[in-house]
Amino acid sequence: MKFTDVILQTSTKILVFIILTFSIYVMFAGHHNPGGGFIGGLITASALILLYIAFDVKTVHEIIPVDFKIVGALGVLIALLTGIGSMVLGYPFLSQTFAYKTLPLFGKTELATAVIFDLGVYMAVVGTTMTIILSIGEDE
Amino acid sequence: MNNFVILPILLPLLSGILMFFIRRQIRLQEALAVAGLLSTIIASLLMVSTISDNGIQILNMGGWEAPFGISLVADMLAGLLVATASVVTLICVLYAFYSTNQDRKKFYIYPLIMFLLCGVNGSFLTGDIFNLFVFFEVMLISSYALISLGGGKIQLRETIKYVITNIIASSMFVIAIAYLYSITGTLNMAHLSERVALAGQDGLITTVSLLFLIVFGLKAGLLLFFWLPGSYSAPPAAISALFAALLTKVGIYAIMRMFTLIFYHQSELTHTILVWMSALTMILGAVGAIAYTDIRRILAYNVIVSVGFIVFGVAVASEASLNGAVFYLIHDMLAKALVFILGGAIISIAGTDKLRDMPGLIRFRPTLGWLFFLSALALAGVPPLSGFVGKVMILQGGVEQRYYVMAAVGLITSLLVLYSAMKIFINSFWGETLLSEGEEKSSGKGYLLPGSILAALIIGLGIGAEPVMEYVRQAVEVMLNPTLYIEAVLPQTDI
Repeated sequence: MKFTDVILQTSTKILVFIILTFSIYVMFAGHHNPGGGFIGGLITASALILLYIAFDVKTVHEIIPVDFKIVGALGVLIALLTGIGSMVLGYPFLSQTFAYKTLPLFGKTELATAVIFDLGVYMAVVGTTMTIILSIGEDE
Repeated sequence: MNNFVILPILLPLLSGILMFFIRRQIRLQEALAVAGLLSTIIASLLMVSTISDNGIQILNMGGWEAPFGISLVADMLAGLLVATASVVTLICVLYAFYSTNQDRKKFYIYPLIMFLLCGVNGSFLTGDIFNLFVFFEVMLISSYALISLGGGKIQLRETIKYVITNIIASSMFVIAIAYLYSITGTLNMAHLSERVALAGQDGLITTVSLLFLIVFGLKAGLLLFFWLPGSYSAPPAAISALFAALLTKVGIYAIMRMFTLIFYHQSELTHTILVWMSALTMILGAVGAIAYTDIRRILAYNVIVSVGFIVFGVAVASEASLNGAVFYLIHDMLAKALVFILGGAIISIAGTDKLRDMPGLIRFRPTLGWLFFLSALALAGVPPLSGFVGKVMILQGGVEQRYYVMAAVGLITSLLVLYSAMKIFINSFWGETLLSEGEEKSSGKGYLLPGSILAALIIGLGIGAEPVMEYVRQAVEVMLNPTLYIEAVLPQTDI
C-alpha cells in the first residue's frame, strides 16, 4: 500500500456509501422521475470501481465475494420473468401494473411492477459493467 | 394481441441466460440448448400454422397501441424465416457438440449461439424500425464474440475487420433511421409505409432509402462483401455454418422488407440499382469462388453468389420472382449450413483446407463424399433438390420483366457455382488416397447426423415444394400488397 493512498482510501470509505445510497434512490425514482435501473446501475458500478481504485482487486473481492457475470445474468433473468409474468396472466408481454398499499413505516405507498423490471435492469447493468472493467483491469 | 409471437425471441434468450448459471456443466448446457431450440422450433411452426389460418399476428408489447409502442408483426415471411432459422440453429448446435473444443464451450459458446438466434428471430419479427436496429445489434454483438473466441492470430485479425465494418454500417443505420424519423415522424414500419405513400416518395426519401440500401448491402454482403470471406473463415466450422446460414440472410430480409413495404414507389431508380448490385455481386462472387483454391474461401464466395441471386429476385419484384426469392432464401439457409458443415468435416479430417494437399477421401469416407456431392448439386439447383424450384421462379420472373442479361448472368453463375463445388469434390475425394486408415488428423465425427438431417430437409423441400409454395405465396401476397400489412398492424380509425 502506498502512503499517498491514505486520503483516497479515507474519503472513499465515506463516499462509497453516499454514492450507493444515491444510486438506490435513483433506481426507485425511475418509473416517475428521471432515473431508472440503467442509470442507477451505472452509479453503483462507479461506486464499486472507486473501491477497486482505492484498494486493490484482492481486498475488494474479499469484501464483495460475488461473481458479477452471475449478477448480470440474474438481472436479465428477473427482467425477463416480469415480462413472462404478464404473459402468464394473459396480458401482452412486458405489461406493467401498479397498486397503492398501506405499508408499516412507509404509509401509503405506490407499488409498481415496473420496479421489479428496473431491478433486473439495475443488476444487469452492474453485472456487465463490472465484468467488462474487471476483465480489462485484471489482465496484467 | 397474441403472446405467441414473442416466444421465438424469448425461448432462446431464456435458455441462453439459464446457461450462465451452469457454466461448468457442459453436458447440461448442451441438453438445455437442445431443449430450448426444440421448443423454439415447435413455437415457430405453430406460429406459421396460426398465420396461415388467421392471417398476420400482432403483439403490441406492454399493451401500447401500434404507432406508439413497439409491435411485433408475424406475417408469413417472418414466420417462415423464423422457423427455418431455428431449425438451422439446432442443427449447427448438434454439429458444435463434436466439432468445437472444450475451451470454447467453457467460454459461453452455447449462450452466445442462443443470443444470436434471439437477435435473428427478433429482426424477422419486429415491426418497428428502431427495434430492427436493436435486434441487429443483439445478433451482431453475439457474432463478434463468437468470431473472437479462441483468441488466435486469425481470430483477432478477422474480428477487428468484422467489428469495424459492422460498427460503421450500424452507425449509418442509426443515421438513416434518424433521417427517416425527422421526415416522417414515425418509426413503426406500417405507419412509415402509410406516411411515405401519403407524402409521396420524393428525392429526399429516396436518398434515405439508398442509405438503407448501403447499410443492408454491407450486412448482407450485397456488392459490399469485402469483409465476408475472411470473417467467415475465422471461426470453427459449426459457427461459420451458422453465420453463412443466418447473418447475411437477415440483411436480405431487411432489404426485402424495406423495399416491398416502405420504399416501393420509385422502383425505376431503387430497383434498377438493386438489379445492378445483384448482378455485380453474382459475377464477382462467382469469380472469387473459381479463383481460390482453399475450401473455406470457395464456400464463402458461394454465400455471396446466392445473396446476389436472391436480391435479383427481390429487385425484379414480380409475383413469380418474389415467390422464387422467398423459396430460395429458405433453401439457401439449409443448403449453406449443410455445405459449411461438410466443408468443416473435410477440413478437420484432412487437416488442411488447401485443395492441392487434399487426400482422396472417398475410400474411407464414402458417406461424407456423397453427402458433399448432394450439397454441391443443391447449391447449383439441380432438379430433385430444393434449389431448383426457387431458381426457376426467379429466372422466370426475370425473363418476364425483360431482364434477359441479368437472367443469363444468374444462369451462368449457377453453373460456375456448380464448377466451384465440384472442384472441391473432385480434389478432396478423388485421386490417390494419401492418408491411410487411422492416419487422418481427426475423425471428423459428428457431421453425419446434422448433415443427413439437412440433406433430408433439402430433398424434402425439393420434392414437397408444392405444399411449401402454399405458404410462400401467402408471404408474397403481403409483400405485394403493403395494405394487408398496414391494416393488420394499425388500429382502424376513421379519419
